[in-house]
Amino acid sequence: MTATVRTQEEIAARVKALEAILIEKGIMTTKAVDRLVEIYENEVGPQLGAAVVAKAWTDPEFKERLLANGTEACAELGIGGLQGEDMVIVENTDTVHNVITCTLCSCYPWPALGLPPNWYKDPAFRARIVREPRKVLREDFGFDVPESVEVRVWDSSSEMRYWVLPQRPAGTEGLDEKALAALVSRDSMIGVGPAKAA
Amino acid sequence: MNGVHDLGGTDGLGPVEIPENEPVYRAEWEKAAFAMFSMTFRAGFFGIDSFRYGIEQMHPATYLLSPYYEHWVHTVEHHGFAKGLLDEAELDKRTQYYLDNPDAPLPEEKDDPDLLAFVDGVVKAGAPAGRPSDKVAQFSVGDRVTVASDVPYGHTRKAGYIRGRTGVIELAHGTFIYPDSAGNGGPDAPEHVYTVKFTNTELWGAEAAEPNGVVHFDVWEPYITLAATTEKAA
Repeated sequence: MTATVRTQEEIAARVKALEAILIEKGIMTTKAVDRLVEIYENEVGPQLGAAVVAKAWTDPEFKERLLANGTEACAELGIGGLQGEDMVIVENTDTVHNVITCTLCSCYPWPALGLPPNWYKDPAFRARIVREPRKVLREDFGFDVPESVEVRVWDSSSEMRYWVLPQRPAGTEGLDEKALAALVSRDSMIGVGPAKAA
Repeated sequence: MNGVHDLGGTDGLGPVEIPENEPVYRAEWEKAAFAMFSMTFRAGFFGIDSFRYGIEQMHPATYLLSPYYEHWVHTVEHHGFAKGLLDEAELDKRTQYYLDNPDAPLPEEKDDPDLLAFVDGVVKAGAPAGRPSDKVAQFSVGDRVTVASDVPYGHTRKAGYIRGRTGVIELAHGTFIYPDSAGNGGPDAPEHVYTVKFTNTELWGAEAAEPNGVVHFDVWEPYITLAATTEKAA
């Protein structure tokens, strides 16, 4: 085996060749490709996790169920499925900040957050976030977590999929669930940033 | 395997590159490569654990430098060749054809309503890795456990940075497919899965460790032993 770094043109040709063979074998169709691509472009994304977070912020009993069994609580909102068959949601507080990673590959809770951004799958984030999380959050994401707050990193080595329930921003008492959900970013559910200020 | 994919704790990789805005798929080929995974999974190329192992066997330099979805293409090829479901010479020939004729069409396809139904079905229902087992859990929440320090050649989820380290069981999840069996062509062989909490100091040493932090890592039961006895002896 030798190291080969292909150009975009070379990869595109390789993938097209593979696709052609798989189509002839009846394993793949372009219609099915388009459908799957569309699902993760337009239907399954971080807006789903944001709805869960907003509900947890406004409904203490739901929040309790969410933290006790993430998969079942998300199913109440019709959220679940591929790569989120077993979800654990971890809560940020005044004394605890959580951040998720997958050092061994790219595991990520698709049903709540969609497909992961490239930086989450790239070597630099995976290598460093378990070793110097505070430094990565501060220097790369501009997010300062004070030393009084414990940083808990969750490395998704099994099929359990962790994601973060961020803290509700101050001054949002009057907002409804929809307005609150708009404050919940993808990054805040990975744990590399806070929810947006109101 | 002790591969470069096992990145936790590796130094020297530089800052995390975070583009302002990024599309879900950065190129047309990424769409096909992404979708190929579920369809070749359905066709019996691999389970999720063997899928990961195929990626781990990439050349380390290629692994580190190639775009993410090329990893997926690699494991589809790897398992396709190994199982005789793909012919390498044929794939090379077709690759050359599309290199010379990038706009040449794909072959005619037949409508396959079952495949379309599979796509929507698998996205909604997932492919759960939980498996019933009558195995009695050997450990409970609160137990101090040490991760085995052996380094197997095959697929494992026992990352290098937790081998030999001691932590406390935080969560117990029940029984799941065991990657060290399923990822190496064996049966599901379900084992109990636990989340273990390691302090930064335990992982990196007092001098290098960031203060006030822990890392949680999931282990299958065969990865760990009770730490209490060895600690008493020490």
